[in-house]
Amino acid sequence: MRKPVARRYDTFLNMANDTNQFDVGYVAHLARLHLSDSEKQKISAQLKDTLAYVAKLNELDVSKVEPTAHATPLANVLRRDEVRPSIDRATILKNAPEQARDLFIVPKIVE
Amino acid sequence: MSLHTLTIHQLREKLRRGNVSAREATQSLLDRIQSVDGKLKAYLWLDAEDALAQADAIDRSGIAKNGKLLGGVPVAIKDVINVEGQPCTCASKILKGHTSVYDAFVVQRLREAGAILLGRTNMDEFAMGSSTENSSWGITHNPWDLERIPGGSSGGSAAAVAADEAFAALGSDTGGSIRQPASLCGCVGFKPTYGRVSRYGLVAFASSLDQVGPFTKDVADGALMLRVLAGHDPHDTTSVPQPVPDYTAGLGKGVKGLRIGLPKEYFIDGMDREVEAAVRAAIKKLQDLGAEIVEISLPHTDYAVAVYYLIATAEASANLARFDGVRYGARVTGEDVIDMYGKTRGAGFGPEVKRRIILGTYALSAGYHDAYYVRAQKVRTLIRQDFEKAFERCDVIVTPTSPEVAFRIGEKTDDPLKMYLCDIFTISVNLAGICGVSLPCGFTNDPRLPIGLQVLGKPFGEETVLGVAHAYEQATEWHKARPNL
Amino acid sequence: MQYEAVIGLEVHVQLKTKSKMFCGCATEFGGSPNTQVCPVCLGYPGVLPVMNEEAVSKTIRTGLMIGSKVAGFSKWDRKSYFYPDMPKNYQISQYDLPLCAEGAVEIKLDGGKTKAIGVTRAHLEEDVAKSTHFETTSGVDFNRAGVPLMEVVSEPDMRSPEEAFAYITALKEILVSGGISDCDMEKGQLRCDSNVSVRPIGQKEFGEKVEIKNMNTISGVRRALAYEIQRQTAALQKGEKVSQETRRWDDAAGRTFVMRTKEYAHDYRYFPDPDLMPVVVSEEMIAAARKLLPELPEAKRQRFIKQYGLPEYDAGVLVADTALAGYYEKAAVASKNPKAISNWVMTELLGKLSEAKRTIGECAIQPEHLTELVALVDGGQISGKIGKEVFAEMFDSGKSPGLIVKEKGLVQVSDTGALEGFVNEAIAKSPKSVADFKAGNEGAINFLKGQVMKLSKGKANPQLVGEILQRKLRGG
Ligand SMILES: [Zn+2]
Repeated sequence: MRKPVARRYDTFLNMANDTNQFDVGYVAHLARLHLSDSEKQKISAQLKDTLAYVAKLNELDVSKVEPTAHATPLANVLRRDEVRPSIDRATILKNAPEQARDLFIVPKIVE
Repeated sequence: MSLHTLTIHQLREKLRRGNVSAREATQSLLDRIQSVDGKLKAYLWLDAEDALAQADAIDRSGIAKNGKLLGGVPVAIKDVINVEGQPCTCASKILKGHTSVYDAFVVQRLREAGAILLGRTNMDEFAMGSSTENSSWGITHNPWDLERIPGGSSGGSAAAVAADEAFAALGSDTGGSIRQPASLCGCVGFKPTYGRVSRYGLVAFASSLDQVGPFTKDVADGALMLRVLAGHDPHDTTSVPQPVPDYTAGLGKGVKGLRIGLPKEYFIDGMDREVEAAVRAAIKKLQDLGAEIVEISLPHTDYAVAVYYLIATAEASANLARFDGVRYGARVTGEDVIDMYGKTRGAGFGPEVKRRIILGTYALSAGYHDAYYVRAQKVRTLIRQDFEKAFERCDVIVTPTSPEVAFRIGEKTDDPLKMYLCDIFTISVNLAGICGVSLPCGFTNDPRLPIGLQVLGKPFGEETVLGVAHAYEQATEWHKARPNL
Repeated sequence: MQYEAVIGLEVHVQLKTKSKMFCGCATEFGGSPNTQVCPVCLGYPGVLPVMNEEAVSKTIRTGLMIGSKVAGFSKWDRKSYFYPDMPKNYQISQYDLPLCAEGAVEIKLDGGKTKAIGVTRAHLEEDVAKSTHFETTSGVDFNRAGVPLMEVVSEPDMRSPEEAFAYITALKEILVSGGISDCDMEKGQLRCDSNVSVRPIGQKEFGEKVEIKNMNTISGVRRALAYEIQRQTAALQKGEKVSQETRRWDDAAGRTFVMRTKEYAHDYRYFPDPDLMPVVVSEEMIAAARKLLPELPEAKRQRFIKQYGLPEYDAGVLVADTALAGYYEKAAVASKNPKAISNWVMTELLGKLSEAKRTIGECAIQPEHLTELVALVDGGQISGKIGKEVFAEMFDSGKSPGLIVKEKGLVQVSDTGALEGFVNEAIAKSPKSVADFKAGNEGAINFLKGQVMKLSKGKANPQLVGEILQRKLRGG
């Protein structure tokens, strides 16, 4: 059956309404991603569309299907326990935003 | 003499004979970049002195004259692949000023083959996009129409090769990021089988989908580049220890007796008419050359974009977590560590990257993991099986690369979903882990914009794919067309 | 109302490998900060992990030692949370398919009873970096980041701090004997978190679970649990509720404190790591791991009894501590009198060690020196009494017994001429004892013997002294 691409877009966008509540603030916190209020609004709206679109996966019965995590069927790819030279400390500390006493410095971690 | 217009095999011939030096080839390219890149903005970074120094070293060592595959050939690198001592920003503010401390495996391969590592090309930030508009460092323009996008995410590499600003360039392809810009810029872009080329040193977007591949001016150059890039790397456990055939020697066998599959789901109404006409003409051409055309079905095609956006964003959300302002990259100070993370990442990432991190984080988060992520992985299995079944009936699959030609800058920036759907013909290939190439197969009339033909092969079927692409290319003139700049 | 505690432990153990889990950086403890690092273990853009086979095989070996099912198919997952000690801000771990599941560790209880503590799972993951805290900042050293770490999760089978203590001791024992880990808690090679709840005795359901972190020593675990059980019991007795939370043990203060729970929102977003291929554990891999298993304690006990002629009790005590058994065996195997070695170890050595609060690993006496000491006594060069003196010196200085005897001139006097002089002197000084002996009190000879030993400063050969005394008193 042939379905015009253009019409398909519209169908998916119309499905947006029944998407579950999407708490962008919570997700942004999990991702440690500061978003402005307008960013939150915009992303929230766009992601509702996207989530409505991906809801089409529910059309399929996948109860008997194994998930694919890798694109190649390799297993047991291991390396021998051998020590290799490490990288020069000065080189890596040079890339650090803040460093002192040979350590990478961050705001104080409170437990 | 305009050396920059040559293909690699043409240039190598001259270098081998000693007619030109690596320095002359490099200088010619630098001159070309100097004259046109102001309009295109394909390159993000270029160190002319360093490039010439590399060329001189190659001239002195005699590598250009001996049999090294890329001896004396400058190659441009997408800004997502590490070259020791060069910047690697992934077109993101979060990596502003970052210098690579190691070579990617493919870069080691290029060095060993005698290539000159020329410069860094523009891209969508962290390879997320289909237009290169998501670069933090500005837009790259399509060489055929400066008002239009070059495709993405490897838009800089595609534009550079199409505009004779590079003999070849490396790109990365997660959902079409090599093939789609190759199609929109009118050059050859090859996406190898997952595991054929090492990902070590390629900054990960979606690890189970990413592959490095070449942009070239013709198929023979693509075969040559692939020969250099392919092979097992013990530092990438997804790299498959399978011998690398001599792809160049495999060309020229023609398509006689080969079965070419046409997926009925890909030839849909709503596709750009001129694109469809050009692709149908190309199929006719292949038939004339002796190939047998069979209709095949990839029944889960319609789900590919949804599966892709869940899997790719989920993987990306974890892959991009390391950009936190602690060990490298930019930092925005905060009241405490959490605040520092949030501000650093909030300021460092652009809108599309943020959108995808949010989607991916959400898809993996408690309560939604099975509904979104696991389900997507299962449908990925169905898509992979579609291809397995299809390849029982055919040797290669031929499709359009993109349903459209290059669109106008800004045309789709506010509608991410519409942008995502540009990739419907390329995405399934990454989900299935198979190989594919895009090569020029015509132009639209007004404006004159390139159209791409996609040839897909079985896992590790690179030779067959290159053979079909080469046969078609040699029977047509499209690959010789150059934009007027 | 009577309450009982329900305790489960999560033990993290650094595996003894030369290189890190996913890169070739050294794992050695104590390196200068950020010198055992590379792009991989610093989480640089573009790097990929490659699994260390030794880490996998040691985890499988552990599984066999605790009677686990070793999974035929095991995979690696990403566990996401942001923390400066985590280079990638996700930890490569194992979520739903750990290498080992359903094992048990046997612990000994008072009165010789044993109890099996179930082990839910043992899986492999990577260690995080070490942070040092300053006034307003923290500094991170990534040397430890990426060291292979095995997490052993117990069932909530323990009912007292003593059982928890016994469990960690037994687990440590197994891991050290199997060469899996050195389990040195001071070097952070073994770390422990606990879940503890309290419920009225007889109640089936568990009470609200509290997680305790930062228990850095085994005795700290015992103290922390005792405190926490008491705290929870007191709360319940007052009719208060125990809330589900994570608490931090402060050893100096001797109490637990609530941690900032907000940052510990457990939404780890696990998913299979696309960079790492699964491990399919074959029969061959299991067979190879089996070959490297250490001798089980019971088998070793039987062997000690047979090979060294030890009483069951001695063998049991020695085998209970792998390091001690190893020490004993080194000394015994070269000795003509392994039973005597056991006597020295059981009485003198263990006594001294506990007095000095040292472990057998920290003992200054080399096993071969103990062999030498027994030979000196058995050969009559020194008396048993002098032997103890020499032993004490060995324990303090680590010198060989031969050297000590020589330096201090402790060689036993067996010269009859010299001994007769001492005997005569003693007889002359103690007419009452001589009279008692002659009157039929045989025991009086012991006093005279003691006098001779005193006069000879303990160097007289006691057997010869006895013979000379007998001769002189009866004959005289
Ligand atoms: Zn390392």
